[in-house]
Amino acid sequence: MIKDTVKQALEELFPVPEPVAEEAPPVEAAEGEEADAKKKEKKEEPRVNGVLERDYDTVGYHLDVQLDPGELLAAVLVLYKAEFFIESITGVDWIKEDQLEVVYDFSRYDFDQCRVVIRTRTPRTEPSVPTISKIFSGANWHERETHDFFGIKFEGHPHLIPLLLPEDADFHPLLKDFKP
Amino acid sequence: MSAPIHIRPDETFTLNVGPQHPATHGVLRVKMEMDGEYIVKAETVLGYIHRMHELMGENRTYPQVLPNLSRLDYLGALGYTHGHVLAVERAAGIEVPERAEYIRAITVELNRVASHLFWFGAFVMDLGGFTPLMYAIEDREYILDMLEAITGSRLTYCYYRFGGLYNDIDDDFIAAAKAFIPRLRKSLKKYDGLVTGNIIFRKRLEGIGPISAEMCRKYGATGPVARGSGIDFDVRKNEPYSVYPEFDFDIPVYHECDSLARYKVRMDEMEQSLRIIEQGLEKLPDGPIMPKKKPKLIKPPKGDYYQAVETARGSFGIRIVSDGTKNAYRFKLRSPTYSNMHMFDEACEGMMIMDALAMMGSLDLVIPEIDR
Repeated sequence: MIKDTVKQALEELFPVPEPVAEEAPPVEAAEGEEADAKKKEKKEEPRVNGVLERDYDTVGYHLDVQLDPGELLAAVLVLYKAEFFIESITGVDWIKEDQLEVVYDFSRYDFDQCRVVIRTRTPRTEPSVPTISKIFSGANWHERETHDFFGIKFEGHPHLIPLLLPEDADFHPLLKDFKP
Repeated sequence: MSAPIHIRPDETFTLNVGPQHPATHGVLRVKMEMDGEYIVKAETVLGYIHRMHELMGENRTYPQVLPNLSRLDYLGALGYTHGHVLAVERAAGIEVPERAEYIRAITVELNRVASHLFWFGAFVMDLGGFTPLMYAIEDREYILDMLEAITGSRLTYCYYRFGGLYNDIDDDFIAAAKAFIPRLRKSLKKYDGLVTGNIIFRKRLEGIGPISAEMCRKYGATGPVARGSGIDFDVRKNEPYSVYPEFDFDIPVYHECDSLARYKVRMDEMEQSLRIIEQGLEKLPDGPIMPKKKPKLIKPPKGDYYQAVETARGSFGIRIVSDGTKNAYRFKLRSPTYSNMHMFDEACEGMMIMDALAMMGSLDLVIPEIDR
Protein backbone atom coordinates (compact mmCIF):
# COMPACT_ATOMS: atom_id res chain seq x y z
CA MET A 1 0.00 0.00 0.00
CA ILE A 2 1.43 3.31 -1.11
CA LYS A 3 -0.40 5.10 1.70
CA ASP A 4 1.66 3.38 4.35
CA THR A 5 5.01 3.91 2.65
CA VAL A 6 4.28 7.58 2.10
CA LYS A 7 3.09 7.97 5.66
CA GLN A 8 6.27 6.41 6.93
CA ALA A 9 8.45 8.58 4.70
CA LEU A 10 6.65 11.73 5.80
CA GLU A 11 6.80 10.84 9.47
CA GLU A 12 10.55 10.52 9.23
CA LEU A 13 10.70 14.23 8.47
CA PHE A 14 9.43 15.11 11.90
CA PRO A 15 11.86 14.62 14.77
CA VAL A 16 9.15 13.73 17.29
CA PRO A 17 6.22 12.12 15.49
CA GLU A 18 2.95 12.80 17.25
CA PRO A 19 0.80 9.79 18.12
CA VAL A 20 -2.16 9.71 15.77
CA ALA A 21 -4.73 8.80 18.37
CA GLU A 22 -4.39 12.12 20.17
CA GLU A 23 -6.31 14.11 17.60
CA ALA A 24 -10.09 13.71 17.65
CA PRO A 25 -11.68 13.13 14.24
CA PRO A 26 -13.30 16.52 13.66
CA VAL A 27 -16.15 15.38 11.46
CA GLU A 28 -18.32 13.47 13.90
CA ALA A 29 -21.75 14.97 14.24
CA ALA A 30 -22.01 16.31 17.75
CA GLU A 31 -25.12 15.33 19.63
CA GLY A 32 -25.95 16.43 23.13
CA GLU A 33 -24.30 19.07 25.24
CA GLU A 34 -21.58 16.84 26.61
CA ALA A 35 -20.20 16.03 23.21
CA ASP A 36 -20.35 19.70 22.32
CA ALA A 37 -18.45 20.71 25.39
CA LYS A 38 -15.83 18.03 24.80
CA LYS A 39 -15.38 19.17 21.21
CA LYS A 40 -14.94 22.77 22.22
CA GLU A 41 -12.27 21.85 24.70
CA LYS A 42 -10.30 19.99 22.07
CA LYS A 43 -10.78 22.63 19.39
CA GLU A 44 -9.13 25.28 21.47
CA GLU A 45 -5.68 23.78 21.41
CA PRO A 46 -4.01 24.33 18.05
CA ARG A 47 -3.15 21.33 15.98
CA VAL A 48 0.38 20.01 16.36
CA ASN A 49 2.55 19.31 13.37
CA GLY A 50 2.54 15.77 12.10
CA VAL A 51 0.90 13.21 9.85
CA LEU A 52 -2.70 12.19 10.42
CA GLU A 53 -4.52 9.34 8.79
CA ARG A 54 -8.05 10.41 7.92
CA ASP A 55 -11.18 8.50 7.02
CA TYR A 56 -11.51 8.78 3.26
CA ASP A 57 -15.28 8.33 3.20
CA THR A 58 -16.00 11.31 5.40
CA VAL A 59 -13.37 13.83 4.33
CA GLY A 60 -12.22 12.70 0.90
CA TYR A 61 -8.49 12.33 1.46
CA HIS A 62 -6.23 9.81 3.14
CA LEU A 63 -3.29 11.62 4.70
CA ASP A 64 -3.37 15.02 6.33
CA VAL A 65 0.03 16.57 7.01
CA GLN A 66 0.67 19.73 8.95
CA LEU A 67 4.15 21.21 8.99
CA ASP A 68 6.16 24.40 9.27
CA PRO A 69 6.91 26.33 6.06
CA GLY A 70 10.57 25.38 6.45
CA GLU A 71 9.80 21.66 6.15
CA LEU A 72 7.57 22.09 3.12
CA LEU A 73 10.13 21.42 0.40
CA ALA A 74 11.35 18.21 2.02
CA ALA A 75 7.80 16.87 2.30
CA VAL A 76 6.92 17.84 -1.28
CA LEU A 77 10.09 16.14 -2.50
CA VAL A 78 8.98 12.93 -0.81
CA LEU A 79 5.70 13.11 -2.71
CA TYR A 80 7.47 13.94 -5.96
CA LYS A 81 9.62 10.85 -5.64
CA ALA A 82 6.55 8.74 -4.84
CA GLU A 83 5.06 9.76 -8.22
CA PHE A 84 2.36 12.06 -6.99
CA PHE A 85 0.85 14.75 -9.18
CA ILE A 86 -0.14 18.18 -8.01
CA GLU A 87 -3.86 18.71 -7.72
CA SER A 88 -4.10 22.26 -6.43
CA ILE A 89 -2.79 24.85 -4.00
CA THR A 90 -5.04 27.16 -2.07
CA GLY A 91 -5.24 29.23 1.05
CA VAL A 92 -7.56 29.57 4.02
CA ASP A 93 -7.73 32.74 6.09
CA TRP A 94 -7.98 31.93 9.82
CA ILE A 95 -8.51 35.49 10.92
CA LYS A 96 -9.30 34.63 14.55
CA GLU A 97 -5.96 32.91 14.96
CA ASP A 98 -4.24 35.63 12.94
CA GLN A 99 -2.84 33.05 10.57
CA LEU A 100 -3.06 32.14 6.89
CA GLU A 101 -3.07 28.48 5.97
CA VAL A 102 -1.71 27.24 2.65
CA VAL A 103 -3.19 23.93 1.57
CA TYR A 104 -1.51 21.68 -1.01
CA ASP A 105 -3.38 18.77 -2.60
CA PHE A 106 -1.59 15.81 -4.13
CA SER A 107 -2.87 12.63 -5.71
CA ARG A 108 -1.61 9.74 -7.81
CA TYR A 109 -2.38 8.31 -11.25
CA ASP A 110 -2.99 4.93 -9.72
CA PHE A 111 -5.59 2.47 -8.57
CA ASP A 112 -3.87 2.34 -5.20
CA GLN A 113 -5.39 5.67 -4.28
CA CYS A 114 -3.72 8.02 -1.86
CA ARG A 115 -4.71 11.65 -1.55
CA VAL A 116 -2.35 13.73 0.53
CA VAL A 117 -3.12 17.17 1.91
CA ILE A 118 -0.23 19.27 3.18
CA ARG A 119 -1.01 22.29 5.33
CA THR A 120 1.31 24.96 6.52
CA ARG A 121 0.56 28.12 8.46
CA THR A 122 2.10 31.53 8.19
CA PRO A 123 1.38 34.76 10.11
CA ARG A 124 -1.18 37.11 8.59
CA THR A 125 1.22 40.03 8.67
CA GLU A 126 3.86 39.34 6.03
CA PRO A 127 2.69 35.86 5.02
CA SER A 128 5.36 33.93 3.18
CA VAL A 129 6.12 30.31 2.31
CA PRO A 130 8.76 28.85 -0.04
CA THR A 131 7.72 28.11 -3.61
CA ILE A 132 7.42 24.52 -4.79
CA SER A 133 7.26 25.47 -8.47
CA LYS A 134 10.81 24.24 -8.94
CA ILE A 135 9.68 20.71 -8.05
CA PHE A 136 6.18 20.71 -9.53
CA SER A 137 6.05 23.13 -12.48
CA GLY A 138 2.27 23.17 -12.23
CA ALA A 139 2.51 24.92 -8.88
CA ASN A 140 3.44 28.11 -10.73
CA TRP A 141 -0.10 29.18 -11.59
CA HIS A 142 -1.63 27.82 -8.39
CA GLU A 143 0.82 29.89 -6.34
CA ARG A 144 0.16 32.98 -8.40
CA GLU A 145 -3.57 32.48 -7.85
CA THR A 146 -3.07 32.06 -4.11
CA HIS A 147 -0.95 35.20 -4.11
CA ASP A 148 -3.80 37.04 -5.90
CA PHE A 149 -6.47 35.95 -3.47
CA PHE A 150 -4.59 35.96 -0.16
CA GLY A 151 -1.45 38.01 -0.67
CA ILE A 152 0.78 35.15 0.38
CA LYS A 153 4.31 35.66 -0.84
CA PHE A 154 5.91 32.55 -2.34
CA GLU A 155 9.64 32.96 -1.81
CA GLY A 156 11.65 32.22 -4.93
CA HIS A 157 8.69 32.18 -7.30
CA PRO A 158 9.90 33.12 -10.80
CA HIS A 159 6.96 35.27 -11.87
CA LEU A 160 4.72 36.33 -8.99
CA ILE A 161 2.39 38.78 -10.78
CA PRO A 162 -1.43 38.75 -10.74
CA LEU A 163 -2.87 35.91 -12.78
CA LEU A 164 -6.65 36.06 -12.47
CA LEU A 165 -7.01 39.54 -11.01
CA PRO A 166 -6.21 42.68 -13.03
CA GLU A 167 -2.51 43.37 -13.43
CA ASP A 168 -2.66 46.44 -11.17
CA ALA A 169 -4.72 44.78 -8.44
CA ASP A 170 -3.56 45.65 -4.91
CA PHE A 171 -6.34 43.87 -3.02
CA HIS A 172 -6.80 40.27 -1.90
CA PRO A 173 -10.48 39.34 -2.16
CA LEU A 174 -10.50 36.10 -0.17
CA LEU A 175 -9.10 37.65 2.99
CA LYS A 176 -11.89 37.72 5.53
CA ASP A 177 -11.42 41.45 6.22
CA PHE A 178 -11.61 42.36 2.52
CA LYS A 179 -14.18 45.06 1.75
CA PRO A 180 -15.07 45.50 -1.91
CA MET B 1 9.49 56.31 -50.17
CA SER B 2 10.44 54.98 -46.82
CA ALA B 3 13.51 52.85 -46.38
CA PRO B 4 13.00 49.04 -46.53
CA ILE B 5 12.70 47.29 -43.19
CA HIS B 6 15.60 45.06 -42.30
CA ILE B 7 15.05 42.33 -39.74
CA ARG B 8 18.11 40.81 -38.18
CA PRO B 9 18.12 37.02 -38.39
CA ASP B 10 18.15 36.69 -34.60
CA GLU B 11 15.39 39.20 -34.05
CA THR B 12 12.08 38.08 -32.57
CA PHE B 13 8.72 39.79 -32.42
CA THR B 14 5.77 39.55 -30.06
CA LEU B 15 2.45 38.22 -31.25
CA ASN B 16 -0.74 38.42 -29.23
CA VAL B 17 -3.16 35.57 -29.81
CA GLY B 18 -6.41 36.77 -28.36
CA PRO B 19 -8.02 37.94 -26.08
CA GLN B 20 -10.62 37.89 -28.84
CA HIS B 21 -9.56 35.19 -31.24
CA PRO B 22 -11.70 32.36 -32.62
CA ALA B 23 -8.97 29.76 -32.06
CA THR B 24 -8.88 30.33 -28.32
CA HIS B 25 -12.61 29.48 -27.91
CA GLY B 26 -13.13 32.28 -25.45
CA VAL B 27 -11.45 35.23 -23.89
CA LEU B 28 -7.92 33.92 -23.52
CA ARG B 29 -4.73 35.66 -24.48
CA VAL B 30 -1.40 34.05 -25.27
CA LYS B 31 1.58 36.35 -25.60
CA MET B 32 3.96 34.66 -28.01
CA GLU B 33 7.51 35.59 -28.80
CA MET B 34 7.98 34.55 -32.39
CA ASP B 35 10.94 33.82 -34.56
CA GLY B 36 9.29 33.85 -37.97
CA GLU B 37 6.59 31.21 -37.70
CA TYR B 38 8.22 29.45 -34.77
CA ILE B 39 7.29 30.10 -31.15
CA VAL B 40 10.28 30.96 -28.99
CA LYS B 41 8.38 31.57 -25.79
CA ALA B 42 4.72 31.73 -24.88
CA GLU B 43 3.00 33.23 -21.88
CA THR B 44 -0.67 32.71 -21.22
CA VAL B 45 -2.55 35.66 -19.77
CA LEU B 46 -5.72 34.73 -17.90
CA GLY B 47 -8.44 36.47 -15.99
CA TYR B 48 -10.47 38.24 -18.65
CA ILE B 49 -13.69 36.63 -17.44
CA HIS B 50 -12.76 35.99 -13.85
CA ARG B 51 -15.92 36.18 -11.71
CA MET B 52 -14.69 35.00 -8.30
CA HIS B 53 -17.03 32.06 -7.83
CA GLU B 54 -15.01 31.08 -4.77
CA LEU B 55 -15.97 34.24 -2.92
CA MET B 56 -19.59 33.80 -4.00
CA GLY B 57 -19.40 30.35 -2.45
CA GLU B 58 -18.38 31.93 0.83
CA ASN B 59 -20.99 34.64 1.12
CA ARG B 60 -23.99 32.57 0.08
CA THR B 61 -25.63 29.60 1.77
CA TYR B 62 -24.95 26.16 0.31
CA PRO B 63 -28.16 25.88 -1.76
CA GLN B 64 -27.69 29.41 -3.09
CA VAL B 65 -24.39 28.42 -4.69
CA LEU B 66 -26.00 25.58 -6.70
CA PRO B 67 -26.57 27.58 -9.91
CA ASN B 68 -23.03 29.00 -9.83
CA LEU B 69 -21.38 25.70 -10.62
CA SER B 70 -22.97 25.29 -14.02
CA ARG B 71 -21.62 28.72 -14.98
CA LEU B 72 -18.11 27.35 -14.78
CA ASP B 73 -18.30 25.16 -17.83
CA TYR B 74 -21.15 25.85 -20.18
CA LEU B 75 -20.52 22.72 -22.28
CA GLY B 76 -20.41 20.03 -19.62
CA ALA B 77 -22.17 21.75 -16.74
CA LEU B 78 -23.73 18.70 -15.10
CA GLY B 79 -20.36 17.19 -14.21
CA TYR B 80 -19.49 20.25 -12.15
CA THR B 81 -22.83 20.45 -10.36
CA HIS B 82 -22.47 16.74 -9.64
CA GLY B 83 -19.14 17.37 -7.93
CA HIS B 84 -20.66 20.15 -5.87
CA VAL B 85 -23.64 18.18 -4.59
CA LEU B 86 -21.42 15.19 -3.83
CA ALA B 87 -19.04 17.38 -1.83
CA VAL B 88 -21.82 18.93 0.24
CA GLU B 89 -23.51 15.56 0.72
CA ARG B 90 -20.22 14.15 1.97
CA ALA B 91 -19.75 17.08 4.35
CA ALA B 92 -23.28 17.13 5.69
CA GLY B 93 -23.74 13.37 5.63
CA ILE B 94 -26.82 13.32 3.40
CA GLU B 95 -27.92 9.98 1.95
CA VAL B 96 -28.95 9.89 -1.71
CA PRO B 97 -31.62 7.47 -2.99
CA GLU B 98 -30.38 5.00 -5.56
CA ARG B 99 -32.71 6.16 -8.31
CA ALA B 100 -31.38 9.69 -8.01
CA GLU B 101 -27.80 8.42 -8.28
CA TYR B 102 -28.62 6.49 -11.43
CA ILE B 103 -30.36 9.46 -13.04
CA ARG B 104 -27.38 11.62 -12.13
CA ALA B 105 -24.99 9.20 -13.82
CA ILE B 106 -27.17 8.99 -16.94
CA THR B 107 -27.52 12.76 -17.28
CA VAL B 108 -23.84 13.42 -16.56
CA GLU B 109 -22.84 10.96 -19.27
CA LEU B 110 -25.30 12.49 -21.73
CA ASN B 111 -23.79 15.86 -20.97
CA ARG B 112 -20.29 14.46 -21.43
CA VAL B 113 -21.26 13.18 -24.87
CA ALA B 114 -22.73 16.59 -25.73
CA SER B 115 -19.56 18.30 -24.62
CA HIS B 116 -17.31 15.93 -26.59
CA LEU B 117 -19.53 16.30 -29.67
CA PHE B 118 -19.21 20.05 -29.60
CA TRP B 119 -15.49 19.80 -29.01
CA PHE B 120 -15.19 17.44 -31.97
CA GLY B 121 -16.93 19.91 -34.27
CA ALA B 122 -15.01 22.92 -33.01
CA PHE B 123 -11.68 21.10 -33.10
CA VAL B 124 -12.08 20.03 -36.71
CA MET B 125 -13.18 23.56 -37.52
CA ASP B 126 -9.95 24.87 -35.97
CA LEU B 127 -8.13 22.72 -38.48
CA GLY B 128 -10.15 24.10 -41.38
CA GLY B 129 -12.99 21.60 -41.84
CA PHE B 130 -16.39 23.19 -41.36
CA THR B 131 -18.80 20.34 -42.22
CA PRO B 132 -18.25 18.06 -39.18
CA LEU B 133 -19.35 20.87 -36.86
CA MET B 134 -22.77 20.90 -38.48
CA TYR B 135 -23.16 17.14 -38.04
CA ALA B 136 -21.93 17.26 -34.46
CA ILE B 137 -24.24 20.11 -33.50
CA GLU B 138 -27.19 18.25 -34.96
CA ASP B 139 -26.49 15.23 -32.78
CA ARG B 140 -25.80 17.39 -29.76
CA GLU B 141 -29.17 19.10 -30.24
CA TYR B 142 -30.93 15.82 -29.43
CA ILE B 143 -29.16 15.69 -26.07
CA LEU B 144 -29.91 19.33 -25.31
CA ASP B 145 -33.59 18.75 -26.08
CA MET B 146 -33.69 15.72 -23.81
CA LEU B 147 -31.97 17.53 -20.96
CA GLU B 148 -34.06 20.64 -21.46
CA ALA B 149 -37.24 18.61 -21.02
CA ILE B 150 -36.21 17.34 -17.61
CA THR B 151 -33.97 20.09 -16.25
CA GLY B 152 -35.61 23.19 -17.70
CA SER B 153 -32.48 24.71 -19.21
CA ARG B 154 -30.30 24.02 -22.20
CA LEU B 155 -26.78 24.73 -20.99
CA THR B 156 -26.51 26.07 -17.45
CA TYR B 157 -28.33 23.33 -15.62
CA CYS B 158 -29.31 23.49 -12.00
CA TYR B 159 -30.79 20.01 -11.82
CA TYR B 160 -29.24 18.32 -8.82
CA ARG B 161 -30.20 19.07 -5.26
CA PHE B 162 -28.48 18.08 -2.06
CA GLY B 163 -29.79 14.58 -1.54
CA GLY B 164 -31.34 14.06 -4.94
CA LEU B 165 -32.84 15.77 -7.94
CA TYR B 166 -35.17 18.58 -8.76
CA ASN B 167 -37.29 16.57 -11.14
CA ASP B 168 -37.81 12.91 -11.98
CA ILE B 169 -37.28 11.65 -15.51
CA ASP B 170 -40.31 10.54 -17.49
CA ASP B 171 -41.03 7.92 -20.14
CA ASP B 172 -40.44 10.44 -22.92
CA PHE B 173 -36.89 10.99 -21.70
CA ILE B 174 -36.21 7.26 -21.47
CA ALA B 175 -37.63 6.66 -24.94
CA ALA B 176 -35.64 9.56 -26.39
CA ALA B 177 -32.41 8.39 -24.75
CA LYS B 178 -32.96 4.83 -25.94
CA ALA B 179 -33.53 6.08 -29.49
CA PHE B 180 -30.52 8.36 -29.32
CA ILE B 181 -27.97 5.65 -28.50
CA PRO B 182 -28.14 3.77 -31.83
CA ARG B 183 -28.35 7.06 -33.65
CA LEU B 184 -25.10 8.34 -32.15
CA ARG B 185 -23.38 4.98 -32.69
CA LYS B 186 -24.18 5.34 -36.39
CA SER B 187 -22.98 8.94 -36.35
CA LEU B 188 -19.72 8.02 -34.62
CA LYS B 189 -18.97 5.61 -37.45
CA LYS B 190 -19.75 8.37 -39.91
CA TYR B 191 -17.41 10.81 -38.12
CA ASP B 192 -14.71 8.20 -38.10
CA GLY B 193 -14.98 7.77 -41.85
CA LEU B 194 -15.31 11.47 -42.48
CA VAL B 195 -12.52 12.79 -40.27
CA THR B 196 -10.19 10.28 -38.62
CA GLY B 197 -8.74 8.91 -41.84
CA ASN B 198 -8.49 12.26 -43.58
CA ILE B 199 -4.92 12.78 -44.72
CA ILE B 200 -4.83 16.54 -44.03
CA PHE B 201 -6.27 15.97 -40.57
CA ARG B 202 -3.72 13.29 -39.74
CA LYS B 203 -0.77 15.26 -41.06
CA ARG B 204 -1.67 18.16 -38.82
CA LEU B 205 -2.01 16.05 -35.69
CA GLU B 206 0.19 12.97 -35.86
CA GLY B 207 3.32 13.50 -33.81
CA ILE B 208 2.40 17.14 -33.19
CA GLY B 209 2.08 18.68 -29.77
CA PRO B 210 3.82 16.05 -27.68
CA ILE B 211 2.97 16.03 -23.98
CA SER B 212 4.85 13.39 -22.04
CA ALA B 213 3.46 11.50 -19.08
CA GLU B 214 6.13 13.05 -16.86
CA MET B 215 5.02 16.53 -17.91
CA CYS B 216 1.40 15.65 -17.16
CA ARG B 217 2.42 14.65 -13.67
CA LYS B 218 4.42 17.80 -13.00
CA TYR B 219 1.54 19.99 -14.10
CA GLY B 220 -1.26 17.86 -12.71
CA ALA B 221 -2.98 17.29 -16.04
CA THR B 222 -5.97 14.99 -15.97
CA GLY B 223 -8.77 13.83 -18.20
CA PRO B 224 -8.42 13.04 -21.91
CA VAL B 225 -5.15 15.02 -22.05
CA ALA B 226 -3.48 12.67 -19.55
CA ARG B 227 -5.09 9.60 -21.10
CA GLY B 228 -3.71 10.60 -24.49
CA SER B 229 -0.25 10.47 -22.88
CA GLY B 230 -0.61 6.89 -21.74
CA ILE B 231 -1.79 7.60 -18.20
CA ASP B 232 -4.58 5.26 -17.17
CA PHE B 233 -6.36 7.66 -14.88
CA ASP B 234 -10.05 8.38 -14.66
CA VAL B 235 -11.62 9.40 -11.36
CA ARG B 236 -14.67 7.32 -12.18
CA LYS B 237 -12.50 4.17 -12.08
CA ASN B 238 -9.57 5.12 -9.84
CA GLU B 239 -11.54 6.75 -7.10
CA PRO B 240 -15.09 5.51 -7.67
CA TYR B 241 -17.97 7.70 -6.56
CA SER B 242 -21.74 7.69 -7.00
CA VAL B 243 -22.92 4.49 -8.78
CA TYR B 244 -20.05 4.22 -11.26
CA PRO B 245 -18.74 0.94 -9.77
CA GLU B 246 -22.01 -0.69 -10.92
CA PHE B 247 -21.31 0.00 -14.57
CA ASP B 248 -19.16 -1.95 -16.95
CA PHE B 249 -17.11 0.45 -19.05
CA ASP B 250 -13.54 0.90 -20.22
CA ILE B 251 -11.14 3.80 -20.02
CA PRO B 252 -9.58 4.46 -23.43
CA VAL B 253 -5.85 5.14 -23.16
CA TYR B 254 -3.46 5.98 -25.99
CA HIS B 255 0.30 6.11 -25.68
CA GLU B 256 1.26 8.33 -28.62
CA CYS B 257 1.23 11.56 -26.53
CA ASP B 258 0.28 13.65 -29.60
CA SER B 259 -2.77 15.67 -30.56
CA LEU B 260 -4.23 12.73 -32.48
CA ALA B 261 -4.12 10.54 -29.36
CA ARG B 262 -6.16 13.11 -27.45
CA TYR B 263 -8.64 13.19 -30.31
CA LYS B 264 -8.95 9.40 -30.28
CA VAL B 265 -9.44 9.27 -26.51
CA ARG B 266 -12.41 11.61 -26.69
CA MET B 267 -13.98 9.79 -29.63
CA ASP B 268 -13.70 6.47 -27.78
CA GLU B 269 -15.02 8.02 -24.60
CA MET B 270 -18.29 8.87 -26.28
CA GLU B 271 -18.85 5.18 -27.00
CA GLN B 272 -18.06 4.32 -23.37
CA SER B 273 -20.48 6.98 -22.15
CA LEU B 274 -23.17 5.47 -24.36
CA ARG B 275 -22.49 2.12 -22.70
CA ILE B 276 -23.00 3.69 -19.28
CA ILE B 277 -26.24 5.36 -20.37
CA GLU B 278 -27.49 2.08 -21.82
CA GLN B 279 -26.75 0.15 -18.63
CA GLY B 280 -28.13 2.94 -16.48
CA LEU B 281 -31.45 2.96 -18.31
CA GLU B 282 -31.63 -0.81 -18.04
CA LYS B 283 -30.86 -0.97 -14.32
CA LEU B 284 -32.78 2.18 -13.35
CA PRO B 285 -34.50 1.33 -10.04
CA ASP B 286 -37.84 2.67 -8.90
CA GLY B 287 -38.17 4.78 -5.83
CA PRO B 288 -37.99 8.32 -4.56
CA ILE B 289 -35.63 10.92 -6.01
CA MET B 290 -35.20 12.83 -2.76
CA PRO B 291 -34.35 11.34 0.64
CA LYS B 292 -37.09 11.11 3.24
CA LYS B 293 -34.99 12.71 5.93
CA LYS B 294 -33.09 15.76 4.91
CA PRO B 295 -31.95 18.64 7.10
CA LYS B 296 -33.89 21.80 6.34
CA LEU B 297 -30.84 23.97 6.78
CA ILE B 298 -27.59 22.53 5.51
CA LYS B 299 -24.88 23.04 8.11
CA PRO B 300 -21.98 20.63 7.69
CA PRO B 301 -19.98 19.98 10.86
CA LYS B 302 -16.63 21.71 11.24
CA GLY B 303 -13.99 20.27 9.00
CA ASP B 304 -12.27 20.22 5.67
CA TYR B 305 -13.82 18.11 2.90
CA TYR B 306 -12.65 17.27 -0.57
CA GLN B 307 -14.47 15.66 -3.45
CA ALA B 308 -13.12 14.87 -6.92
CA VAL B 309 -15.22 13.93 -9.92
CA GLU B 310 -14.42 13.21 -13.55
CA THR B 311 -15.92 15.86 -15.79
CA ALA B 312 -15.68 15.99 -19.58
CA ARG B 313 -12.36 17.81 -19.24
CA GLY B 314 -10.72 15.98 -16.38
CA SER B 315 -10.63 15.74 -12.63
CA PHE B 316 -12.64 18.49 -11.00
CA GLY B 317 -12.19 18.96 -7.28
CA ILE B 318 -14.10 20.87 -4.65
CA ARG B 319 -12.74 21.71 -1.23
CA ILE B 320 -15.23 22.86 1.36
CA VAL B 321 -13.91 24.16 4.66
CA SER B 322 -16.86 24.37 7.00
CA ASP B 323 -17.03 26.24 10.28
CA GLY B 324 -20.40 24.77 11.17
CA THR B 325 -22.52 27.62 9.83
CA LYS B 326 -24.80 27.75 6.82
CA ASN B 327 -22.13 29.37 4.66
CA ALA B 328 -18.91 27.70 3.63
CA TYR B 329 -15.82 29.14 5.29
CA ARG B 330 -13.75 28.40 2.21
CA PHE B 331 -14.99 27.16 -1.13
CA LYS B 332 -12.19 26.10 -3.44
CA LEU B 333 -12.73 24.94 -7.00
CA ARG B 334 -10.00 22.95 -8.69
CA SER B 335 -10.72 23.09 -12.40
CA PRO B 336 -9.14 20.59 -14.78
CA THR B 337 -8.48 22.87 -17.76
CA TYR B 338 -6.54 25.24 -15.51
CA SER B 339 -3.84 22.61 -15.08
CA ASN B 340 -4.15 21.34 -18.66
CA MET B 341 -3.77 24.82 -20.10
CA HIS B 342 -0.75 25.52 -17.90
CA MET B 343 1.22 22.95 -19.87
CA PHE B 344 0.65 24.84 -23.09
CA ASP B 345 3.34 27.44 -22.34
CA GLU B 346 6.03 24.81 -22.03
CA ALA B 347 4.71 22.38 -24.64
CA CYS B 348 4.45 24.87 -27.49
CA GLU B 349 8.02 26.15 -27.31
CA GLY B 350 9.73 25.59 -30.62
CA MET B 351 6.53 24.67 -32.42
CA MET B 352 5.08 26.36 -35.47
CA ILE B 353 2.16 28.58 -34.64
CA MET B 354 -0.48 26.62 -36.54
CA ASP B 355 0.65 23.39 -34.89
CA ALA B 356 0.43 25.11 -31.52
CA LEU B 357 -3.12 26.22 -32.25
CA ALA B 358 -4.03 22.68 -33.28
CA MET B 359 -2.62 21.48 -29.98
CA MET B 360 -4.56 24.14 -28.12
CA GLY B 361 -7.71 22.79 -29.73
CA SER B 362 -6.85 19.27 -28.61
CA LEU B 363 -6.70 20.44 -24.98
CA ASP B 364 -10.46 21.15 -25.08
CA LEU B 365 -10.40 24.55 -23.41
CA VAL B 366 -13.40 26.19 -21.82
CA ILE B 367 -12.26 29.59 -20.63
CA PRO B 368 -14.92 30.43 -18.00
CA GLU B 369 -13.80 27.28 -16.25
CA ILE B 370 -10.13 28.33 -16.20
CA ASP B 371 -10.90 31.83 -14.95
CA ARG B 372 -13.72 30.84 -12.62
